[in-house]
Amino acid sequence: MTPQLRYLLRLADSNLVLAQRLGEWVGHAPALEEDLGLANVALDLLGQARLLLAHAGALEGRGRGEDELAYLRGESEYLNLTLVEQPNGDFGQTIARQFLFDAWQLGMYEAMQQSADARLAAIAAKALKETRYHLRYSGGWLVRLGDGTEESHQRVQQALERLWPFVNELFVTDEVDREAAQAGLGPEPAALEAAWTGRVDEVLAQATLARPARTHFAWYGKQGRHGEHLGYLLAEMQSLHRAHPGAAW
Amino acid sequence: MTATAATGTLPAEVEARITRLLAQVPDPEIPVLSVLDLGVIRHLGLRPDGTIEVGVAPTYSGCPATPVIKADIVRALTGAGFRVAAVDVLSPPWTSDWISAEGRRRLREFGIAPPAAAVGSTRALLHADPDVACPRCGSRQTARTSEFGSTPCKALYRCESCLEPFDYFKCI
Repeated sequence: MTPQLRYLLRLADSNLVLAQRLGEWVGHAPALEEDLGLANVALDLLGQARLLLAHAGALEGRGRGEDELAYLRGESEYLNLTLVEQPNGDFGQTIARQFLFDAWQLGMYEAMQQSADARLAAIAAKALKETRYHLRYSGGWLVRLGDGTEESHQRVQQALERLWPFVNELFVTDEVDREAAQAGLGPEPAALEAAWTGRVDEVLAQATLARPARTHFAWYGKQGRHGEHLGYLLAEMQSLHRAHPGAAW
Repeated sequence: MTATAATGTLPAEVEARITRLLAQVPDPEIPVLSVLDLGVIRHLGLRPDGTIEVGVAPTYSGCPATPVIKADIVRALTGAGFRVAAVDVLSPPWTSDWISAEGRRRLREFGIAPPAAAVGSTRALLHADPDVACPRCGSRQTARTSEFGSTPCKALYRCESCLEPFDYFKCI
């Protein structure tokens, strides 16, 4: 598998896994409006994942389409960021995870609009509009929860502390990233960190939340080495397709 | 970038006929709008084999209406005797600015507030809340209930003058 293909799958898989996680909220969110909100964000991420997976499949040229890539790869073949596979926790933890990811994806898509791969540039330009809206939603909720009651403040601050060890991976740049960036596909993740930190700090200040200290944790989800949660998520997501290959609605 | 295979342009009278047919194809989720009003039709072209190609811009990446819209277009034009292919046009990305003036009027009549600010406007860039007028009483004393509504393209608002809730077509 070429570095370009792995780079694309990292993006696609992060979208797909987070869409699946958000989908778990359907029917369970604290209010109907947030049920709709989380489901709508999930739908956008799923749409972006489909575009990226279909493009990855076409680049690979081995006849794998979006369904084969989504439903028939195992855990170690999934290349998503470890952050997005973390369980939903309470609403505050879901919002914190979403905010950290949206702020990252915004910078990623902004840079990727200049990709040498015209199809990828078009996908990024389309998705960027949706991501801006997601960030407005997750950032808005982070401010309300952080600057809300003592209970909501404490819970969302704890959520940030819990998720912070997974932040390092957002900016780790490995050989795959370097080669893909040299080929003009998109940015090296390390190049996104300064703008991300600025964006995050601005919202955290409004939310009266403290940015947790940098940790030394290293995660390698994007290299296919995941935490304990992803396997269960994939088992649920893939069971129907594996039991009934090629099933269609 | 467009996945177009069309190399020719349609004769004017054929294009006019197709445009009239497309004006009769409703958006499956907001049926008062035709696919033309919605601004998703990006090009009409002629392929070397005589197939008419219709370029369709998806509104949101994951919008379930997009495949339905394409199928409806193909059905309407095939029913009129044309050989048709509908293709996705991703770039430039669809924007709510492409909704026609007629479309905006119909949205308002249907009870959905049309997108307020042009996407490239200063107000939109500054992320200020748009000044949304109530589609029923016209009051600008309105408040957002939720960033998201019953379809990806809408948000929920309520009017503080007539107290009615309403849908707002998001600017994107």
